[in-house]
Amino acid sequence: MIMLSAQSQDTPNVSIQTEDFNIADEVALLEKYNLNDGAVVTFTGRVRQQNNHNEVSSLMLEHYPGMTEKSISDIIKTAQKKWSLGRVKVIHRIGQLSLGEQIVFVGVTSAHRKDAFAANEFIMDFLKVKAPFWKKEQIIQKGVLSEHWLEAKKTDTDKAELWR
Amino acid sequence: MITIVFFAALREQLGCAQLNLAIDTPSTVLEVKQYLINEHPHWQKILQHESILSAVNHTVVGSEFVLKSGDEVAFFPPVTGG
Repeated sequence: MIMLSAQSQDTPNVSIQTEDFNIADEVALLEKYNLNDGAVVTFTGRVRQQNNHNEVSSLMLEHYPGMTEKSISDIIKTAQKKWSLGRVKVIHRIGQLSLGEQIVFVGVTSAHRKDAFAANEFIMDFLKVKAPFWKKEQIIQKGVLSEHWLEAKKTDTDKAELWR
Repeated sequence: MITIVFFAALREQLGCAQLNLAIDTPSTVLEVKQYLINEHPHWQKILQHESILSAVNHTVVGSEFVLKSGDEVAFFPPVTGG
């Protein structure tokens, strides 16, 4: 196996970064020299304009270096025990992000689609409620710019609970 | 000696990102919180908010978790990534 990208040795399939990612490049890495997996499922999360009826202008993402990587790595390990998976890649961006920009990528390969779909959703659901990221939203209300930290949503906790 | 780190809204409310604490170990996470509140009375309402989570050495723990010297304790609000 050839190391195709420079990542932390502890968590080779997790990348926390300020820079953007290219979905096509990530899919190519998941598929390269991988002739066993017939299914590749990817999810991309982006900054959207409407949130809680506010007009979002940008987001600032903070995280807890070290714990973030460990937390996502633990979620991936749990997914690997639950399903038969080939490769997994998680990218999460931090710092200042504008409207429409990519925030998060989850890519999973498996022999068949069922495991890849389920594992991808599982990883995303637990990343939302376990990985130590915090979003500060910059919004425009009546033409005035203000910012606030987002509150955690019960719908996200409930969604993750469904896997138990 | 233990290290304490705060994140996001909590860090801003306390006006503190990190501090080192020379406390007797073993102590629990709850005892550390009490110590911080004694030192900074205006932190009480913020640190005792029911939603605040704690982690030790990058793993989420409960308030009765027992700390040893060299541990990194983190306090933070519920997470909102993804």
